[in-house]
Amino acid sequence: MSDTAPQPKTAVSNPPVQPLEVGFDARDVVRISATSDVPQPERQLDKLAKLIDISKCIGCKACQSACIEWNDTHPDIETNIGSYQNPHDLNPQMFTLMRFSEWVNPETDNLEWLIRKDGCMHCEDPGCLKACPAPGAIVQYSNGIVDFIHENCIGCGYCVTGCPFDIPRISQVDHKSYKCTLCSDRVAVGQGPACAKACPTQAIVFGTKADMIAHADERIADLKSRGYDNAGLYDPQGVGGTHVMYVLQHADKPSIYSDLPDNPRISPIVEGWKGVTKTAGLAVMGIAAVGAALHGLFSRGNRVTEEDTEEAEALVESDLHDRRGDV
Amino acid sequence: MNIDLSRRGFLKLAGAGVAATSLGAMGFGEAEAAETAHVRAFKLTTTTETRNTCPYCSVACGIIMYSKGDVKVGEDADLIHIEGDVDHPTNRGTLCPKGAALKDFVKAPTRLTKPRYRAAGSNELVEISWDEALDKIARAVKDDRDANLVQFNEEGTPVNRWTTTGFLAASATTNETAWLTYKTVRSMGIVGFDNQARV
Amino acid sequence: MTNSWTDIKNTDLVIVMGGNAAEAHPCGFKWVTEAKAHRGARLIVVDPRYNRTAAVSDYYAPIRPGSDIVFLMGLIRWLIENDKVNREYVTNYTNATFLVKDEFGWSDGLFTGYDEEKRDFDRSSWDYKIGEDGFAQVDMTLSDPRCVWNLLKSHVDVYTPEFVEDICGTPKDKFLHICEMIGECSAPDKVMTSMYALGWTQHSKGAQNIRGMAMVQLILGNMGMPGGGMNALRGHSNIQGLTDIGLMSNLIPGYLNIPTEKEPDYATYMSTRNFKPLRPNQTSYWQNYPKFMVSFMKAMWGDAATAENDWAYHYLPKLDVPTYDAMRMFELMKQGHVNIYFFQGFNALLSFPNRAKMTEAFSKLKLMVVMDPLATETSHFWENHGIYNEVDPASIQTEVLELPTTCFAEDEGALVNSGRWLQWHWAGATPPGEAKYDTWIMAQIFLRVRKLYEEEGGVFPDPILNLTWDYANPDDPTPAELAREMNGRALQPVYDTTDPTKVLVEAGKQVLNFSQLRDDGSTMCACWIYSGSWNEDGNNMARRDNSDPSGIGIYANWTFAWPLNRRILYNRASADMQGRPWDPARALMTWNGERWESPDVPDISPTAKPGDVMPFIMNAEGTSRLFARGMMRDGPFPTHMEPFESPVANIFNPKMRGNPASRVFVDDAEQFATSEEFPLVATSYRLTEHFHYWTKHNPVNSTLQPQFFVEISEELAAEKGIANGSRVRVWSKRGEVWAKAVVTKRIRPLTVRGKTVHVVGIPLHWGFMGAARKGFGPNSLTPVVGDANVETPEFKAFLVNVEPAEEEPVA
Repeated sequence: MSDTAPQPKTAVSNPPVQPLEVGFDARDVVRISATSDVPQPERQLDKLAKLIDISKCIGCKACQSACIEWNDTHPDIETNIGSYQNPHDLNPQMFTLMRFSEWVNPETDNLEWLIRKDGCMHCEDPGCLKACPAPGAIVQYSNGIVDFIHENCIGCGYCVTGCPFDIPRISQVDHKSYKCTLCSDRVAVGQGPACAKACPTQAIVFGTKADMIAHADERIADLKSRGYDNAGLYDPQGVGGTHVMYVLQHADKPSIYSDLPDNPRISPIVEGWKGVTKTAGLAVMGIAAVGAALHGLFSRGNRVTEEDTEEAEALVESDLHDRRGDV
Repeated sequence: MNIDLSRRGFLKLAGAGVAATSLGAMGFGEAEAAETAHVRAFKLTTTTETRNTCPYCSVACGIIMYSKGDVKVGEDADLIHIEGDVDHPTNRGTLCPKGAALKDFVKAPTRLTKPRYRAAGSNELVEISWDEALDKIARAVKDDRDANLVQFNEEGTPVNRWTTTGFLAASATTNETAWLTYKTVRSMGIVGFDNQARV
Repeated sequence: MTNSWTDIKNTDLVIVMGGNAAEAHPCGFKWVTEAKAHRGARLIVVDPRYNRTAAVSDYYAPIRPGSDIVFLMGLIRWLIENDKVNREYVTNYTNATFLVKDEFGWSDGLFTGYDEEKRDFDRSSWDYKIGEDGFAQVDMTLSDPRCVWNLLKSHVDVYTPEFVEDICGTPKDKFLHICEMIGECSAPDKVMTSMYALGWTQHSKGAQNIRGMAMVQLILGNMGMPGGGMNALRGHSNIQGLTDIGLMSNLIPGYLNIPTEKEPDYATYMSTRNFKPLRPNQTSYWQNYPKFMVSFMKAMWGDAATAENDWAYHYLPKLDVPTYDAMRMFELMKQGHVNIYFFQGFNALLSFPNRAKMTEAFSKLKLMVVMDPLATETSHFWENHGIYNEVDPASIQTEVLELPTTCFAEDEGALVNSGRWLQWHWAGATPPGEAKYDTWIMAQIFLRVRKLYEEEGGVFPDPILNLTWDYANPDDPTPAELAREMNGRALQPVYDTTDPTKVLVEAGKQVLNFSQLRDDGSTMCACWIYSGSWNEDGNNMARRDNSDPSGIGIYANWTFAWPLNRRILYNRASADMQGRPWDPARALMTWNGERWESPDVPDISPTAKPGDVMPFIMNAEGTSRLFARGMMRDGPFPTHMEPFESPVANIFNPKMRGNPASRVFVDDAEQFATSEEFPLVATSYRLTEHFHYWTKHNPVNSTLQPQFFVEISEELAAEKGIANGSRVRVWSKRGEVWAKAVVTKRIRPLTVRGKTVHVVGIPLHWGFMGAARKGFGPNSLTPVVGDANVETPEFKAFLVNVEPAEEEPVA
């Protein structure tokens, strides 16, 4: 180990090959799933963000390709289902996805091909983390990255339900939840995410959130000069803002971009969870899901002791009982 | 993949049902907590970098190949990653979906690794040595040229034209390969000579 | 490209027509988005499909495949009529002022001199009036009715906006809007760039499509300008290089020509290549042809090429037809006249039209040799893959050798990009198994054949036995040795032409560049345009200084660009007659009273006075050509020709099918369809997720675009009862394919001459080998006919039909 990696300012740099002391790590965690009173770090890292400018995006899927390569995932070779969209959906091997929609602008009658790179938004107020019952399975760093710690994940799927953007996907192979890490391993050595590095038109850029907002302002001014009067930034405040933001040509209508939520919010139930009441809340969210998830957990070959099993079942039973009482 | 779910792990999964507060309260020591939240180790550390250009379209993006081992010092080198070269004036580090996945082209399951031969009417390709393959080619070429080279046309003009053997050159070989191919093909009098410029 | 990828940032307006830059060249297209973001540039897309480039365009207009010349001539008509012309440029830098012979004319869609039997023109009238002084006659006032400008005006007169709408299906208002956007670039400080690719070349009149836009660029004064030019995107990483080095039937490296049998000796060959200037003071650089030719012959045959034996001219093959291009060779192969064929990294089975013909032709070979990094369809053409390759192996007698080669990651050398940059690359991976360098394989083939001739004798062995082969290890010539041959070196001392006592280059030293080549045998050079790439300064192709002091994207010290490290061709034309840049904010060339100043290498003698020497130094005129004289087989101006398979007859001459000068083989002509049988217009194209037929071998790219599909409009889908994502059968007169249907708003029916014309989009990329799902290429359907000048097959406009099909049975 020699130098400490710099904090990343942009994705435009070549990766180091010499060993570096990482620029952020567990000391910079500000939130941990199913954990309160997380000791706050001594330092505050710069808030980071990825900005996706849909008006510059050509839908080439370089982001998907770079994501697969960097993360060493192996998504299945599927079929064509009447769309350019492949894989068909986000999955545990595909953390980002170009979603294509053909939209005829009612004001101009012109076709617009709206192509949105979907993936984790890295919410400032992350619904997945709040919903997660597994301590340490989801963490948030002070730079804004929300990361899944897979060895702590129980595959229950609550993060999926808790996510206002429908992003995490549970693997049928290892029963863990997967999503974009914002390339935390790259960011830790001063690099930007693989997708932002690759993006041919630099429709995806990366840097401090302040820089990204300033860049977005320039882009929005350019779009307005081209007649997109409603161009704007998508940084939804319902989730405290996000560390992945979009420039939209039609910011007044996010939903035309393959159902991007107009006003995403964490479910009030998840929002209200505190400590021991959490499981009850979860149960309200997904009556079937709770039982199924835990049943699935116990039936899929994870080695647990008899004692553990009994304990868990007892817990679940009592929670379910509580829940029935509530409804 | 089976998960060795320790008691502590299980308690974590049970989560809200127990008095979970912080990792410390879960019985995690400081070091263990750090380990748990640690990001993935950076996979390019201590690899060898080599500058190259993308072999697909003619934008010719600069790339950096990362390998374990260094061919320049005579080692075997195994390619583990390819990424755009930020120093390159054209692509500035960017790559398209094809360039970004170049490593998996180099390592494609259908890469050829041995010379193979298909006999007339056969339903398979069988392995053959380089020597056998090259001798077979040389023999066939010599015999066909001797039999079919048009040395003079009807007017008696020397035309040194050989039309019964042809050569399609590629689109992605180097200039240096192209020149050596040109020399070889032209010296023999082959006129059925073309490249992939049109398709 | 006349310019470079990085230069596109200097443009004010991009027109993408005849290509799909965002889709096929995403990282080059970055410079369009840069120009948009930082210069406020606008992007126009004209294409049959609303494609990925259109998705980020400022203005889009549809066009019927194969009608581009109508659009472009209509545009020229509009520019002239509305005086959106750079007058000074047109008058001085083009041949607008040149007078054309009185016999030249055009009627019924044909220029003078057509011979229907020969499918060829007598082009003798397509030329200038030559005065008594031996120079071409000109009228600088542009008033003579026989001057090129007035002939052009009358030639384009028929192409009114209404005519454009009627033939192209492009709505008149959209056409006029685009004319207005383009017309703004006739101002000296506004520049348009044209980006095109196979969407223009793959037509029976492809070269004329490109000429059409080149003429627009000349009229606007945009050739030679930063941010301007004609920019061929080029599809493969070194197709520029392979063409530069002349790997074509009729070429010698550096765009010299293989002789024909009508040129039995060197003197006759050179007699038509003296390139005497057609106007006073002009450079006519091709006057140096003998220096390049002799240096090439010395590179090939060394001491065996002497002044006494006409530099071994008798060693060169002499052609009896214009070219033995691939389509002619496959016709000969089908007829049983070809025995051995080599495929060096070329998957021909899926690349040339009419795959059934290809399979038939391959089956008649005695020996097929395939050198490739991948197991391709070509080397497996004899293998049965059900509907995807329905053949009977037992009946195919062709022997096949499949030889594993290295790929880019494992070898070293230079590739030439679209901007003519020769970029060196280095090996960083060990070749898999027994894969070998292509150079090693070629050396082995040559040395073994040579050995047989040495041992056995044989027919005319001289050119083989005397081929230079002075490599340190003859079995394995190195890229460095080969690159140095292409640069060229002095074989004897080279003297200064102005001071014969002064030695410029000592014997054995690399020449500095092609200005030091000689026609007396004292120099050798394999490819004169590459001279300067590896001189005594070393390997200039490996230079990696990415600084750009001028800020206009020249990158003069990054690798090497041919010729002479020049980054923008015709750059002299970026300044006016006084030598002042047309646009001072984008100064590329400035005359300082004594010499030219430029961040680039001037494309003219550095001391050539503006006003005396005109910018287009390669042309005998000194000017560019709005009128191509007899240099193109199918006309000195582009004229509308329908595709060979078209939904409508040629409006000028209903009897005329396709390009009247295109070569057509009898059996292929019988397989041309009519629109009664096949009413739908099909066009082929690439998708951004794949490269040609290579990346279907890559699991990652196969994930991103897994399965063959065709694209049709919602209207056609409704008419045929085709649901989105369902399976369809598409067939032409030559074959059939099965595909998934992508039903889209991005393709709309067009109205052409009162008829509704539907377009079917057929991407390439799928076959029966590799990781992706098995599928077909468009070449199962396409007709065998090529461009009249360069034999590029007509892949971009042909006729098909489509119907719903049963879903594929689950395996």
